Amino acid sequence: MLLREVDYARPATVDEAIALLAEHDGARPLAGGQTLVNVMKARAASPDVLVDLAELEELRSIGFGSDGRLEIGAMVTYAQLVSSSEVEVARPILGEVAATIADVQVRNRGTIGGNVCVNDPTNHLPPLLVALDAHFTIRGADGERTVDASDFFQGVYLTAVGVGELLTKVSVPPAVSGTGDGFAAVTIGKHGTCIVDAAASISDEGGVGSTEPLESRGAGSADARAGAVRVVLGCVAPTPVRATTMEEGLAGAELSEAVVRGASEGLGATLDPPSDVHGSADYRRALAETLAVRAVLQAASRRTA
Amino acid sequence: MGTQPASSLAVSVAVNGEQIEEEVPARRLLVHFLRDDLGLTGTHVGCDTGNCGACTVHLNGEPVKSCMLLTVQVDGAALTTIEGLAPDGELTPLQRAFNEHHALQCGYCTPGMLMSASALLERNPHPSEDEVRVALQGNICRCTGYVNIVEAVVAAGRGSA
Repeated sequence: MLLREVDYARPATVDEAIALLAEHDGARPLAGGQTLVNVMKARAASPDVLVDLAELEELRSIGFGSDGRLEIGAMVTYAQLVSSSEVEVARPILGEVAATIADVQVRNRGTIGGNVCVNDPTNHLPPLLVALDAHFTIRGADGERTVDASDFFQGVYLTAVGVGELLTKVSVPPAVSGTGDGFAAVTIGKHGTCIVDAAASISDEGGVGSTEPLESRGAGSADARAGAVRVVLGCVAPTPVRATTMEEGLAGAELSEAVVRGASEGLGATLDPPSDVHGSADYRRALAETLAVRAVLQAASRRTA
Repeated sequence: MGTQPASSLAVSVAVNGEQIEEEVPARRLLVHFLRDDLGLTGTHVGCDTGNCGACTVHLNGEPVKSCMLLTVQVDGAALTTIEGLAPDGELTPLQRAFNEHHALQCGYCTPGMLMSASALLERNPHPSEDEVRVALQGNICRCTGYVNIVEAVVAAGRGSA
């Protein structure tokens, strides 16, 4: 397919990339291109200048910050997330979910930065990263700023990354004692586009049990009682939706199936999801409750000792 | 590769072991560079939307869809296309397995299937059926129903083509 004419540059440093993005109207960063090249074919997007981030090695690393958070460069591919020992140790759900995105070929090219900056409502990583309390580092000509997930995702294809700015990394806190994460989706075919998805993360912090030392809670209690629970839904609105009422219902609760199901009741009625050929709004409301339950129960079953 | 934007760039890329230097428009998709500029028409265009995998090639050893890459993005890289799998014309064990297990009917998806399967066998020489199915998820066949394709790849891994 013939694309509209476009200019292309491959800067060698992040500063050069930012300068190019600021200098040229209609410039867009090109990460893995697994969305952007396709929307250019459809002429849904017609950038004048593509700023290819391929040479920016500092955006390809996975490591730990001085605050202990797992830091993932914006150009880290899904395949890297799947095979990273740092991700496996600190937050394995990221690798597990990345392994279900599209197919091998796409996972070899597609990046975490592209996934979140596109913020297609059906993308896997935005709801998951909200659940994990991710921070997003954005660099521009005036320096660097870090925003949390609630500020980052602003609308369909719209994030806090402004004109002349670049997302450089995403960080998440490492799992600690009591942390458990879950993700559940109904997709169009196995590993296909999500119809609805839900992510959940449980931590000891901020909950009823958090002031008690672990040992005073007795054997087994750490497995059952949550501190704080985050439940986030994808595909039901332009940006990921936190199920705050369900979260409040689960804080400090024993996470049995009956309790989690009870807490999910009424969640669907709070949502205004789209209807399309893959599912009506009502079906998505029903899926939202079911998948939120599955994600929380998976998270509960995986809490670290 | 330039750090200033240009609509046409000099690209240097190794294709099936041969170093190619060409000036290429920035908007040219890799699959068209391979087919129309280099005449390597074994790489097929199926859906043109990144779904079908018929255009799969190896980029530095990893399978990618060449309809979702601009040619300028592969400057400095090494590519293998279906023509590079058996450069001397003698079929590889994987290709023989496709033949013997009747793993193709119309053949349109076959180059992409072979590129995905050969990349799998490179890193996992004896894949299970499940591993083969995951590796071929990005390749669509509309004729055979996959069973014979999966059997062929598993057989090639067992060395019992």
